[in-house]
Amino acid sequence: MNRRKYLKTLATGTIATGLLIDACTLPNTPKKEVSNLGGMDRQPEEIEHFNRISAEKYFDANEMNTISSLSDIIIPKDDISGGAIEAKVPDFIEFIVKDKPQYQLPMRGGLKWLDMQCLKLYGKSFSNCGKKQQIEMVEQIAWPLKAKPEMQQGVAFFNLMRDLTATGFFTSEIGIKDIGYVGNKPNQWDGVPQDVLNQYGMKYDEKTLKECVKFDS
Amino acid sequence: MPDFQIKKNPKLYDVCIVGSGAGGGMAAYVLANAGIKVLLLEAGAPYDPAKNVTQLKWPWESPRRGASTTFRPFGDFDASYGGWEIDGEPYTRKNDTKFDWFRSRMVGGRTNHWGRISLRFGPKDFKRKSIDGLGEDWPISYEDVAPYYDKIDKLIGIFGTNENIPNEPDGIFLPPPKPRLHELFVKDSGNSLNIPVIPSRLSILTKSLPDNKNRGACFFCSQCNRGCTVYGDFSSSSVLVNPALQTGNVDIITNAMVREVLVNDKGIATGVSYVNRLDLSEYEVNAKIVILAASAGESARLLLNSKSTRFPTGLANSSGVIGKYLHDSTGVAMGGIIPKLLGRKRYNEDGVGGLHVYTPWWLDNKKLDFPRGYHIEYWGGMGMPSYGFGFGIQNLNGKFLDRNGKTKEAGGYGVSLKDDYRYFYGANVGMAGRGEAVAREENYCEIDPTTVDKFGIPVLRFHYKWSDFEINQAKHMQETFKEIFHNMGAEITWGIKGKDENYGLEAPGRIIHEVGTVRMGNDPKKSALNKFNQAHDCKNLFVVDGGPFVSQADKNPTWTILALSMRASEYIIEELKKQNI
Repeated sequence: MNRRKYLKTLATGTIATGLLIDACTLPNTPKKEVSNLGGMDRQPEEIEHFNRISAEKYFDANEMNTISSLSDIIIPKDDISGGAIEAKVPDFIEFIVKDKPQYQLPMRGGLKWLDMQCLKLYGKSFSNCGKKQQIEMVEQIAWPLKAKPEMQQGVAFFNLMRDLTATGFFTSEIGIKDIGYVGNKPNQWDGVPQDVLNQYGMKYDEKTLKECVKFDS
Repeated sequence: MPDFQIKKNPKLYDVCIVGSGAGGGMAAYVLANAGIKVLLLEAGAPYDPAKNVTQLKWPWESPRRGASTTFRPFGDFDASYGGWEIDGEPYTRKNDTKFDWFRSRMVGGRTNHWGRISLRFGPKDFKRKSIDGLGEDWPISYEDVAPYYDKIDKLIGIFGTNENIPNEPDGIFLPPPKPRLHELFVKDSGNSLNIPVIPSRLSILTKSLPDNKNRGACFFCSQCNRGCTVYGDFSSSSVLVNPALQTGNVDIITNAMVREVLVNDKGIATGVSYVNRLDLSEYEVNAKIVILAASAGESARLLLNSKSTRFPTGLANSSGVIGKYLHDSTGVAMGGIIPKLLGRKRYNEDGVGGLHVYTPWWLDNKKLDFPRGYHIEYWGGMGMPSYGFGFGIQNLNGKFLDRNGKTKEAGGYGVSLKDDYRYFYGANVGMAGRGEAVAREENYCEIDPTTVDKFGIPVLRFHYKWSDFEINQAKHMQETFKEIFHNMGAEITWGIKGKDENYGLEAPGRIIHEVGTVRMGNDPKKSALNKFNQAHDCKNLFVVDGGPFVSQADKNPTWTILALSMRASEYIIEELKKQNI
């Protein structure tokens, strides 16, 4: 059903407030990625918390460089979408460790562990290593089941880094488009599309079709 | 100048209601529409889902991508102010027992973010002691409540289907939404195991309500927990409190934390005292009738704190039952992956905010090692990615065949990993049991003798332990879930727990269905309220939240709170006419 028809449906017999119209136009309006709390319902204590942690800086420049490199190694640009840096994943990670302080020690310690490994192997920190050396290092900690026992602390750190990168990426505007989530907009749910039902050999039985909500097409 | 002043409101209200959630909202609505002058006190902030909006926001509009905070334990978009812990308002636990207490501090209370699952109690649910000898029977039966369930179905709106299942009463239903794909799999799986899977019953307007111009129909964004800008679902704020205010018969005061119920020397309630949560100034208001609807915990706390020479153990507590028989639903959850959904086609399957199908209790407890039943809720599919999305991929991507039919090494990075997230998206399915716990005297809340909150009000101390009844029920849930998963070809990826973890049984309080602390009954020695929610000891005092529940069924309590509050309010109107109160 197209949007015009939807609006018409809503406008007849139900309320058609400004808010509702706003809600309907939202998905079609290009939205800027926001780093503040604009437009979201917030309580004073939430705003105070946000302002306080936003004013702080947790990671130093070297740590941020390493986070950026790792995030783009974990989620690089490919044929479908841009990479983690383009999706501003490092900024998200800086925010979330301040919002969830339980991440601070594992992240800071893990980054230091990584630098010390690189120092031993290559004589320099991770961010000063070339791409080839960085990948060599990552290879040692990216595969939990085949990593060497002495690499397990690195594996734990990389698992966390992978989690935060993936969450940061797939909740960004780029990532949502990539993953193919097409909801979050007014619509009328009329069941699983027929071609999908066919694909799985499923169908709605007569009782279901009879009793479930129907829409004027 | 005095350093301390209590401001006395000169107005005498007919009724003062404490709390604006399901029970308080309904009482305000019914009484105001009968022309009664009502003062509605709410401990939290003003809230209106049309004005305080998080609906249709994208994950990137939250800097934490929808993650939970102490301010919003169910996520950054969730329509709940308050939570498990509220700064300056502690509660405690006794003897290392566990109870978690969720408090919303806002107009509409917890109805703003709840699951909208709206199940009537059935005939057996009011008479459990007669069936299994445990707990107590209600002083009322299904027939007493049924007319109110009917009225509420029509007033508020609920979808579902009439199935003619004896203890799952039919109702006046709007049409349900069609099942999602994973729900069709669940239904097939359940059917072949003789486990019923029927359309869910949620208070969401799949069609607009006739004669109601204030509310729009659901537009299927799946976000009821964020509050609905068009009032397409039930929350007390939008559906009861706002219309009650529009009658002109209700004054509402927010951020009003009630200290105690005031009584005169004849033992009649005369009003309440409260503190403004923001500026800590103190107030007293007078009313001919006081109705408590502050939640099972808060109403018990209020009564226990309302001590006087006439009521030395707390108001309406000559029986000593207040705070006792506290019980919450049991909860167990499990999740997995449906391999045939890996790499599935994308489409919008948001649907309504919650499950489209559910499983009502279907077995006979006489043949089981636990006395009460449970229902099963289901979820899964292609929801909006939010904080936590993709976590733990290393525990998944080495366990399932990839797009090329090969097994990958677990973990990884780069282009191949990036594609794994796409591949696994929407293939998840989960289920959770919500069961009935037996109300027991040993599970209670009481006033902590040594602790007060920041207003100086003594706080609640909880004492709660699960018995073998609940633990055996949890074990049965796990076994059932495993059968349903296996039978639909799903691989379980989380939630299997052994005896050492009580089979995954959640801590008491976590399901947020706590009830029973101010129970009703015919015997004033064994109950605090009569069958119309009226205090045995104080005829102009009523309690209309989850406190009056004698037993809780395996049903979510909201629909019954609403029905009993409406029933009590109509009783109040009649009693006022007869000048009995």
